[in-house]
Amino acid sequence: METVLQTFTFILTIGIAYALGTIIEQDHYVNIQKREKDFLSLPAVSSKSIEQDNLLDGQLVYGSVVISHDYFKRFLASLRNLTGGRITAYESLLDRARREAILRMKEQARLLGADMVVNMRFATSSVGDEAWTLGCFELLAYGTAVRLKIKPT
Amino acid sequence: MPITNVGAWLDSRVDITNIDSVPGKKIVAHYGLVQGSTVRARHVGSDIAAGLKNMVGGELKGYTKLLDDARKEALTRMVQQAQLLGANAVINVRFATSAIAQGAAELMAYGTAVRVE
Repeated sequence: METVLQTFTFILTIGIAYALGTIIEQDHYVNIQKREKDFLSLPAVSSKSIEQDNLLDGQLVYGSVVISHDYFKRFLASLRNLTGGRITAYESLLDRARREAILRMKEQARLLGADMVVNMRFATSSVGDEAWTLGCFELLAYGTAVRLKIKPT
Repeated sequence: MPITNVGAWLDSRVDITNIDSVPGKKIVAHYGLVQGSTVRARHVGSDIAAGLKNMVGGELKGYTKLLDDARKEALTRMVQQAQLLGANAVINVRFATSAIAQGAAELMAYGTAVRVE
């Protein structure tokens, strides 16, 4: 009887985590896509060598986000660990976190009236050493926001 | 009008970039590497909130703020070191983060201190 109850609780927890986690993720993606469209006019490039003569001024900008995955995904990943291979559940998590970080960086750049962000770099780190079990990561995007003398049309 | 630094946490007289130059200005002297770092531990309160948030996934706002504050601190220390050397800009800035102990992280910012005209 006790085993049945435990199994039921486990399935219920996983079910709730799955439902809420999926809703949150979908909402986040809709939000990200909307803001990315908004920021199309402010491109971020990872190139360092840009035309120096065309630059008016520049300033460091960065954006970061700490994100964690839900219980269901962690369970899936632990199963996947047995066989190896792609963990699709984590891919989407890191993808949306990174895009969120870029957007935050661009928001800072827009506040400065920048035309683009050059030499953009990513850094990923786990918070604390138990982070892999707790499952949260920090994603950081940084670059130099520049204003151009001749603006692209 | 030049771009001013983001936020009031940095001295606006110091330019920070992560490219090899300060756009629109000429570098006249190099002062070598400067760095700033800080070690932060997580707060028990935000840890509990994060534990709950961990169930459904998503952003852990408490941690985001914690690391953001720490990074500003690291940048500020780097800038102070640069100013001590007589520099007025820091170029090629990089960030590094490492987990050094249970629940604590070191955040570091480093770059090259230079003087611009």
